[in-house]
Amino acid sequence: MDNIKIIKEQLLKDLQTIDTIKKLNDLKIEYLGKKGKITTLNSTIKSIDDDKKKEFGIKLNDLKQTFNTKYKEMYEKLNQELINQKLESERIDITLPATKIKYGSKHPISRVIEEFEDLFLSMGYTIYDGPELESDENCFQKLNIAKGHPARDAQDTFYLENEYENYLLRSQTSAAQVRAMEENKEKGPLKIVCPGKVYRKDEDATHSHQFMQIEGLVIDENVSMADLKGTLELFLKKFLGEKTTVRFRPSYFPFTEPSVEVDISCFKCGGKGCNLCKQTGFIEVLGAGMVHPHVLQMCGYDPNKYQGFAFGTGIDRFTMFKYSINDIRTIYGNDIRFLEQFDRRDDNNEIK
Amino acid sequence: MKLSRKFLCDYIDLDKEITINKLAEDMTNVGNEYESAGPLINATNLVVGQVIKCQKHPDSDHLHVCVVDIKSELLNIVCGAPNVKEKMKVIVAKPPANLPNGKIKKTTIRGVESNGMLCSLEELGLDNKFLSDKDKEGIYEFKTDVEIGTDAIKALGLDDEVIDFELTSNRADLLSILGMAYEIGAIYNKKIKDIDLTYKPDKNIDINDEFKIDIKTNDCSLFLAKKAINLKIKPSPDFIKNRLIASGIRPINNVVDISNYVMLETGQPLHFYDAKRLGNKIIVRNAYNNEKLTTLDKIQRTLNEEDIVIANEKEAIGLAGVMGGYNTEVENDTVDIIIESAIFDNIKVRKTSKKILRSEASNRFEKGIDPKRTYMAIERSAHLLEKYADATIISGMCTYDKTNNVDKEIEIEIDKIKKVLGIDIPKKTSIDILNRLGFIIEDNNQTLKVKVPTRRLDINIKEDLIEEIGRFYGMDNIKAKLPIFDGKIGKFNKIKRDIRNKMISLGLNETLSYSLINDKDIDKYVNNKFEKIKIADPMSEERTTLRYSLIPSLKEIYEYNKNRNYLDISIFEIGKGFYREKNEYKEENKLALLLSGNYINSLNKIKVDFYIVKGIVEQLLDYLGYKNRYSFTTNNIPQQLHPGISASIIVMGTEIGILGKISPLETKDDIFVAEINLDKLFSIRTSKIQFVPINKYPAVVKDLSFIIDKKIEAQKIVDQIKQSGGKNLNKIEIFDVYMNENIGINNKSIALKLTFVDDKKTLTDDEVNINIDKIIKNVVNKFNAKLRDDNQ
Repeated sequence: MDNIKIIKEQLLKDLQTIDTIKKLNDLKIEYLGKKGKITTLNSTIKSIDDDKKKEFGIKLNDLKQTFNTKYKEMYEKLNQELINQKLESERIDITLPATKIKYGSKHPISRVIEEFEDLFLSMGYTIYDGPELESDENCFQKLNIAKGHPARDAQDTFYLENEYENYLLRSQTSAAQVRAMEENKEKGPLKIVCPGKVYRKDEDATHSHQFMQIEGLVIDENVSMADLKGTLELFLKKFLGEKTTVRFRPSYFPFTEPSVEVDISCFKCGGKGCNLCKQTGFIEVLGAGMVHPHVLQMCGYDPNKYQGFAFGTGIDRFTMFKYSINDIRTIYGNDIRFLEQFDRRDDNNEIK
Repeated sequence: MKLSRKFLCDYIDLDKEITINKLAEDMTNVGNEYESAGPLINATNLVVGQVIKCQKHPDSDHLHVCVVDIKSELLNIVCGAPNVKEKMKVIVAKPPANLPNGKIKKTTIRGVESNGMLCSLEELGLDNKFLSDKDKEGIYEFKTDVEIGTDAIKALGLDDEVIDFELTSNRADLLSILGMAYEIGAIYNKKIKDIDLTYKPDKNIDINDEFKIDIKTNDCSLFLAKKAINLKIKPSPDFIKNRLIASGIRPINNVVDISNYVMLETGQPLHFYDAKRLGNKIIVRNAYNNEKLTTLDKIQRTLNEEDIVIANEKEAIGLAGVMGGYNTEVENDTVDIIIESAIFDNIKVRKTSKKILRSEASNRFEKGIDPKRTYMAIERSAHLLEKYADATIISGMCTYDKTNNVDKEIEIEIDKIKKVLGIDIPKKTSIDILNRLGFIIEDNNQTLKVKVPTRRLDINIKEDLIEEIGRFYGMDNIKAKLPIFDGKIGKFNKIKRDIRNKMISLGLNETLSYSLINDKDIDKYVNNKFEKIKIADPMSEERTTLRYSLIPSLKEIYEYNKNRNYLDISIFEIGKGFYREKNEYKEENKLALLLSGNYINSLNKIKVDFYIVKGIVEQLLDYLGYKNRYSFTTNNIPQQLHPGISASIIVMGTEIGILGKISPLETKDDIFVAEINLDKLFSIRTSKIQFVPINKYPAVVKDLSFIIDKKIEAQKIVDQIKQSGGKNLNKIEIFDVYMNENIGINNKSIALKLTFVDDKKTLTDDEVNINIDKIIKNVVNKFNAKLRDDNQ
């Protein structure tokens, strides 16, 4: 009996000197190993008087329990210290520079084209893609611009070598109108927009010899100038902001009759007059009109049954408006410092 | 077209309250845009003064000190003009005055007080071309009868206002004061005043008795000739000069000025020939090929049969509608003239003038002329020549007329107006608008029959009339509505957009470059023959040819950025490549990439290499649905790529592109490029996503490594293993390749991880080992490979 007491006191004393898991495990062997102090006590039970056996048993169990409890406590404490040490040793400097995977960015022209496409898709338009090399017939003649027509002056055209007034780099996406109408074998309703590259001999801060246009065409039995105005109003407000107002001014294009120039209230000054709108409060952004009956006819449509509207505008200018770009040459300059600025989604559609 | 307000007011009474800016805006609202509007002379506080005293400046050898009487006061003015003298009546800018080039204030010039400036016409902002030699020499001198103290601009007759219109090409009629008067008359509801065409012809002779015209070409539809004799060449009266100046035309002498004046009034260009030098016959014909003609400007021109010429019996004497000949020009000694008023083919004139000179006359011929004006103009010139050149007009006129100058009749349904404009305009309003324009209307209830005067060449169909109604009703008064949606969904092939997004997600910047490139780059980075397409008349050497590959453009972008010290470049572009095949023009969608510098930029940089670019290409092909359907070969590498670090991309047996490093012969830099012909790629079937049940049995993984000749491509080993591995071989992964002396300098070690799995049961080691043994045997035999002993 006294032995138990002595061993217990010894155990408690020993435990105080333990500071590693190894020492703790050595201690376990010392007490509970095959020849351990407690194990040895266990074997002495036979030599104890019967009347004291029970008491001895209880005390011995108590000792074992004490050991196990203490061991567990001690193990957890030491193990935690070990983990803490390891974590501390793994600490890094989170302020060092990140691993920079290169920026990807979408060209601003593509961004605006996609925005236009989505807008017109939501109104049920088909996105039509026409070729950049066009016949004079599709780019001019079938748009009511015969050879020698004075309207050709406005577009100094790139003809292909040995193809004068025959084959060219399209000078307007309107050429796609002709294709879309001719390809539509049923000669029924049509609703398309065609964004794409166009080419003219012109180069300065506001003109590039290659630029982007989008052309829209709607044909049905009853579409009118009022529908044209509604469509353009919706499109321009969506892109430039709800406050935008749209103004129709009569104009002339050989392939539309009547024709209009479309002005928008200046988004920069709100119509008060500034440098951008040349103090007029309005900016000319678009040409439009009702498809000329001769054009319908040349493309196989019955002008007595069908009428339609068409519009066309420069995507570059809208891009310049949207991102405050002053010189069109920046757009085609492909300076990485320019491209990388378009590395995130557009916050909203409003131009401020 | 410059419109002088004074000139306009000869033909309509325009209310004084209508300012020039209001007029310009009102014209814009009916579709006639303008560039500028304002006073002809943009200056204030100019008065007529007289120099009373003129002495040399004490401190200068060219300045004079003048005392100038401007009636209200005497001004002390220092003047630097060489022609200043006493008694001269001059233009005085009285401080504070504004001149186009600055403000005039009281000042002191070399110690002498100067209270204003004596002005030349140039200082009033008049273009040099309008000035006589005398006017160019110094300050302007008034005639003696001009009253001092009065408004100098008024005294000059230059108190006019001008709108410079930018007209649309269909409005030929607006290239005349009369046409402008009709248009503006329609806006303000004003009637047009008559034009004076009267004169007293000499009835003793008829031109037809002594002069003949012979029209030998279809390119002249109307030709009129009259003769004026005994005229006196002298300066024009001020009103003619000033109206010409306001219209931007240089006054020369009364006769030449009258031809221009009438052109401005009527829109019909005239030509005056010296009758003696011309002879007694005019022939209109097409030029002979290589025919020579010296034009007014003394330049000898070589003509061809596309040009229309006016000729006498000897030779060509003028280019019809474009420029007169030097030999028959009206000179200071001219006494008799033949007046020509004609219509020439607009396309021919356009072609010739594009070659030689675009003039006020050719511009009008190109846009078209109303035959009635051809007659009006010749009579008007007769009237003015009699009045201002003391000419006698010989009676009669030589006439050749193939035109149809009957007013057009167009019928229009009232409903159609609403159907096109989308608004209900009352019939009364429509009729009123057409009436104001000078059209004659017959109201047949549901339809209107409209008689359109010949001057409106632009109005031919009912839609043209609808536009007229819309213009004056106000296009902006149309109420917006939306077309009724037919419920059909639009079509859109978004594959290019998907590719763009994929490239961006891989860290590439999208570029947008020009399709036209330098001819010297055209066949670079291309491994096949093609017929290139050039532009007929390029703007510069840099942009002559349509690109076939996009890589030269990306390379140019690389150089541009490199020159700005930007070296980490990862860019792509989607665009078209162009070529000709069997006389047809073709274009193909292409995607090109260029990478250089670091792909990952951090403390541990990762430089771009072949395998990064290959990885990008593979990711794209996988994404587009070509997983396991492509391979890379070293055949057919373009010359500009490194032969050892480049590949052709093959999808299902078709070569769709290339990738690799730019050859050291092209650049010293490490630049990697790739190009894929998207149209070729899209023509190959893709695999759809179809769910495959997930295998629930465990996989057995085995590693193998072989030592092989280093020239053997890893893909060959992989293909062999695939062949020998049995149906349960699910994945082969190369995880290590190395070379070192221990394994022999001509060898490499290649380590592969093979994954076996069966979808019906758990595989045992023994089952897998049967396959492994077969693989080892085949690889060893086929490639003379050695199995490394550390294999497990």
